[in-house]
Amino acid sequence: MRRLIWLSVALALVIAYPLLFATPFQQRLGALVLLYAIAASAWNIVGGYAGQVSVGHVVFFGCGAYAAMGAYAHFGLSPLVGIPAGIVFSVTVAAVVGVPTLRLSGHYFSMATIAVAELARLIVINTEYLGAAVGLSGPTVPRNVFDFSFISALPYYYLFLATLIITLVITWWMTNSRMGFYLRAIRDSERAARSLGAPASRTKLYAFMLSAGLTSVGGALYAMMFGFVDPESGLGILISVKILVMAALGGAGLLFGPLVGAAILVPLEEISNKYLGGEGAGLTFVVYGAIIVLIARFQPGGILTLINRQIAKRRKAPEETLAQGAAHAP
Amino acid sequence: MSFVLVQVIVGGLLLGAVYALFSSGLTLVWGMMNVVNFAHGDFVMLGMYVALMVYTLLGGGPLLGAPLAIVLLATLGIIVYFGLIRDVMKGPMLAQILGTFGLALLLRYSVFWWFGANFNTLPANLVGGTIDLFGIRIEASRLLAGVVALLVTLGLHLLLTRTSLGSKMLAVSEDSTAAQLMGIRPDSMQAIAWGIAAGATGLAGALIATFFYIVPTVGETLGIVAFVTVSLGGFGSVPGALVAGLLIGVIESMSAYLIGAVYKDIVVYTLFLGFLWFRPQGLMGKL
Repeated sequence: MRRLIWLSVALALVIAYPLLFATPFQQRLGALVLLYAIAASAWNIVGGYAGQVSVGHVVFFGCGAYAAMGAYAHFGLSPLVGIPAGIVFSVTVAAVVGVPTLRLSGHYFSMATIAVAELARLIVINTEYLGAAVGLSGPTVPRNVFDFSFISALPYYYLFLATLIITLVITWWMTNSRMGFYLRAIRDSERAARSLGAPASRTKLYAFMLSAGLTSVGGALYAMMFGFVDPESGLGILISVKILVMAALGGAGLLFGPLVGAAILVPLEEISNKYLGGEGAGLTFVVYGAIIVLIARFQPGGILTLINRQIAKRRKAPEETLAQGAAHAP
Repeated sequence: MSFVLVQVIVGGLLLGAVYALFSSGLTLVWGMMNVVNFAHGDFVMLGMYVALMVYTLLGGGPLLGAPLAIVLLATLGIIVYFGLIRDVMKGPMLAQILGTFGLALLLRYSVFWWFGANFNTLPANLVGGTIDLFGIRIEASRLLAGVVALLVTLGLHLLLTRTSLGSKMLAVSEDSTAAQLMGIRPDSMQAIAWGIAAGATGLAGALIATFFYIVPTVGETLGIVAFVTVSLGGFGSVPGALVAGLLIGVIESMSAYLIGAVYKDIVVYTLFLGFLWFRPQGLMGKL
């Protein structure tokens, strides 16, 4: 019950944010936080709950982004048509790539996903139909509302918020389903899970496909907001890194972990870009690298795990003293 | 067979020897601790920048740059082991992967920030001219790099198989608790392994810098080359890495020559995925 109240308060604040902080920079910042939170939450299904650290999620991000822009550039269709196309394409790619790749465990899986992402980028760079190194652009002047090309960040903010809520509800529903239990069992010990009869391969593949579909929606929304996609912004390995770091910083395998991570890192990056300009370009990733190393070394559970532990400790403390007092009572 | 093709193959072998050198560092650490260093390619990149700095600040060639790169990188490797790897190794898989991955970003973008994204090269005449060998023209810098890399890789293999230090390291990788009972400190052995592995990347970087483009992001490509080499040669095997490195070098230069330089990375990455998917034990090894 208390959890529900906190959630409603948080939701009300998130809905009110762009009205309270109404400058274009702040609204854009809010939209970007939500956007990255969508992608990081989608990654969380495979990387956090299932414990399969994918560094190639940008492939699915790119599927969505290229589908949304491709639908416009080649067929003059609204990005709204591109989104489902991107989901279908992305889930198909996930199934094809996932079957051989998910057999690999630990480091091997991560390495294979890096290679898949780099391969996809190299192929797209050499494909004229996908705009090669230049990329694809969306509508320069919107024909109607369904082109989703707005100057203000406000419509994007609410669009992203709705998508994020859907993503989180799906994740929440999944974690409480049979699949969620299987995934956590696989993360803790795949061999034990298998020996107890959990269909590990199938469950991992389903999780990978679900995660891929949701990530592609994030990619499509990204392309819609920026109005273009090129191999670096749509398929660069650094997008994967950002997604992964946000989830890990907030807390991989926790529902709100990715959102917390995005809410910390996106403002950090945007503000450093704003005030340091071009000089900040390299520095941002130096900071990212340092943060990743520090999380890995000191707090692999992420910030939310740390906070949860503190809350649990504080709640437990008064109860203990009470119990001790009772024991000492005559 | 035309002379051009022979020249391409020889060039590939010489480059492949350098690949073998830095990949044997990766495979050593991997076989011993089951930890993958995602920053391995960036260690090579640092070696290249050491060579560049030695040239721009002191005017020195690889004779000065290579030993300095070995010492600096080996020190870095040992620091990384004690500061990060030792603790991360005991943690969950996510922490292991994130740890070295974060290190890769930290190194790559520190250099990017400091030196900028520009391509740098060392002057072509730093290691004199080209050599004519039975009608095959080879740049002296490539010849030097290839031969030195080959000798050092073989030396590394001998060190691991023929010396008591090598036996101790093997003991730790087989069973670190049992090794400890025999009076071997796993901690020191693993630190030494990191020192050797990183030192090898430093040497490889300083050698390759004499004819390769020097750019902060070169570590990403070289890191994947090392992964390919190790997966091809079998995880943990130095002789495997040597054979695989030479093979990759030839495949790369052949595909660059036959179907175009743009596609050479595509060929290598596809090869890597093919091996991971269908033959994860490598060409010769058994899992």
